[in-house]
Amino acid sequence: MQTQTLGRVYVWEIPVRFYHWLNAFSLVVLCVTGYLIGAPLAIQQASEASFAYWFGKVRFIHFVFAYIFFFNFLFRIYWGFVGNRYANWKNFLPFRKKQWKEIKQVIAVDILQRDNTPIETIGHNAVAGFTYFMTFLAFLFQCITGFGLYAAMSKAWLPKLFAWIVPLMGGDFAVRQWHHAFMWFFILFALVHVYIVFYHDYVEGRGEISSMGSGWKFIEKEYHPILKDEKPASGIKK
Amino acid sequence: MSTNSRPTIWEHAQSKGVSRREFLTACAWMTAMLGLPASAVAQVTKALETQPRLPVLWFHFQECTCCSESFIRSSHPGIADIVLDKISLDYTETLMAASGKQAEEALRDTMTKYKGKYLMVVEGSVPTAEGGVYCCIGGRTALDIVQEAAAGAKAMICWGSCASNGCVQAAKPNPTQATPIHKLVSGVPIINVPGCPPIAEVMTGTIVHLLAFDRIPQLDGLGRPKAFYSRRVHDTCYRRPNYDAGLFVNSFDDENAKRGFCLYKMGCRGPVTYNACGVMRWNGGVSFPIQSGHPCIGCSEGNFWDNGPFYRHLPNFPGFGIETTADKIGVGLGAVTVVGIAAHAISTNIRKRHLIKEEQAASEDVKDGRAEQGGS
Ligand code: HEM
Ligand code: HEM
Ligand code: SF4
Ligand code: SF4
Repeated sequence: MQTQTLGRVYVWEIPVRFYHWLNAFSLVVLCVTGYLIGAPLAIQQASEASFAYWFGKVRFIHFVFAYIFFFNFLFRIYWGFVGNRYANWKNFLPFRKKQWKEIKQVIAVDILQRDNTPIETIGHNAVAGFTYFMTFLAFLFQCITGFGLYAAMSKAWLPKLFAWIVPLMGGDFAVRQWHHAFMWFFILFALVHVYIVFYHDYVEGRGEISSMGSGWKFIEKEYHPILKDEKPASGIKK
Repeated sequence: MSTNSRPTIWEHAQSKGVSRREFLTACAWMTAMLGLPASAVAQVTKALETQPRLPVLWFHFQECTCCSESFIRSSHPGIADIVLDKISLDYTETLMAASGKQAEEALRDTMTKYKGKYLMVVEGSVPTAEGGVYCCIGGRTALDIVQEAAAGAKAMICWGSCASNGCVQAAKPNPTQATPIHKLVSGVPIINVPGCPPIAEVMTGTIVHLLAFDRIPQLDGLGRPKAFYSRRVHDTCYRRPNYDAGLFVNSFDDENAKRGFCLYKMGCRGPVTYNACGVMRWNGGVSFPIQSGHPCIGCSEGNFWDNGPFYRHLPNFPGFGIETTADKIGVGLGAVTVVGIAAHAISTNIRKRHLIKEEQAASEDVKDGRAEQGGS
């Protein structure tokens, strides 16, 4: 292989990056507080109830971040319709033939590691996109079950919109258990996701890790959306 | 309802020698039981003066009769009496004097004479396996009886968890296919009054509502009267301040248990159970399970037998063995994931060695100044 000529591509716009980090942060907070709600610390003490409120605070934080998480998620859906082509909702669903081809390719190259043909896609590759779609479904499930449970403790109208999930699942108990179980989906997702981001950065050298900070990726000239049509060695944007 | 052949409740009371004062006292009791303000006493009184006694058919299927037991233990002396007096209990296996042919006749009589006017009350679930042979009365299956009686009923009350959600006989593996009534009949308004048993005052309150207003009370998504089931045990529990303060009983014999801290970590189902225990309590307001130091087991919620064990917050995960919670499965999957990631990372360094070497070589070219245009 010859010396790579790379060009910068602005992939993740500010709203996507903002969404990403707010989402990651609130998920961590929701997992930690949610786990504590399910398995509170064992404190042996002679305190009076009127002097403490720590469990109430944990729950309060869970609910505050639940709202942040929910509206952030709604915002990302909106941005899937108005954002740039890398943020577009069509990246998340493998409707096109090309995406199916890419899924096979990604499985061969990145998962089974059978060959080394470069993956062209600049934004989410087809496997990543579809995985995020599944993740969005899990977000939705967590919001529905969470607000469904919250409806019993809140007078606000928003949670009431989700109260139907309780009779559908047969009672609060089942809703709560599934809400708890899904926490593990997010933990597993985060483990794999962060690893894969580092993996891509390492193997492809496109600056994957920093892309969620700066927005830019470094793309080989032959796949670069602008440079690929131009003559080599001229006008490489730095 | 204006069946002239039936005396009104007030007329019936008079014939029993009830004085006007006693009658008004009873009306006030009932108003209070419905949770209505004192200003509604007049409305209830008027209703009972003009309403004819409601013919009631009270069936017993797969059950233990704890609902009836609870009902006749209504806290205030005679409340159940009053209610029983106000209705005309034409058929009920456990309380009626008649038996055999006479009982069956009474049933048939009411069903034909008051078609579309009688109240049907069911205690117990109905087995549907093997054509319903697991519960037969008078040679007919419960399924048959329910369907026939429901067709002519004005409304139906399902007493207890058995009739409303199946209770213990519907627990896995449910060999008789015990089924709650609302899954078997349609076209009749159904009121579910779950609990194992339901609180006596909740039962009488539900009947009184029907008597006084001749109307189904407001129901929630699971068909339960909102007046009694709109709040969780947890929301009315007197130990709640301990919950918010994070003061929990960690085992039944610890200091915290003596201090009366919250039973959440002992598996309390109060946070997911809709019932009036915290407000009405049991046995005339003496106590309720949590007050006696035992966590709520969620007896008024569907599937409560299968959501065990009772003494642990997180239940066994469906489809996995005993003692397997969602957290255990999650930790296991997490370990597998970490191993998978490590394996993948090792594999990457082997299989992609050439690729990475090439890139490194290319960048060394740049360092050595051999390439004009390095990667940026
Ligand atoms: C998406 C990330 C979320 C995670 C990982 C998460 C996790 C959890 C966990 C593990 C529990 C404890 C369940 C138990 O064992 O009892 C819990 C409780 C709860 N969560 Fe979430 N949750 C999330 C989002 C939400 C959202 C969006 C809402 C919406 C309001 C919500 C509302 C609740 C409520 C109401 C409870 C019960 C709290 C209580 O009864 O005190 N959660 N959550
Ligand atoms: C709890 C932690 C995290 C969660 C829940 C999370 C979640 C997500 C989600 C949902 C997306 C899809 C973005 C979209 O298009 O809307 C995404 C993409 C991305 N995330 Fe994260 N993230 C986490 C941590 C990180 C970290 C630590 C990094 C690296 C520094 C990172 C880097 C990226 C990158 C580069 C993408 C784009 C991936 C692609 O090219 O397909 N994330 N993340
Ligand atoms: S004892 Fe049960 S119902 Fe009472 S506050 Fe604690 S968890 Fe809630
Ligand atoms: S406290 Fe819970 S288990 Fe006990 S009677 Fe009330 S609802 Fe049933």
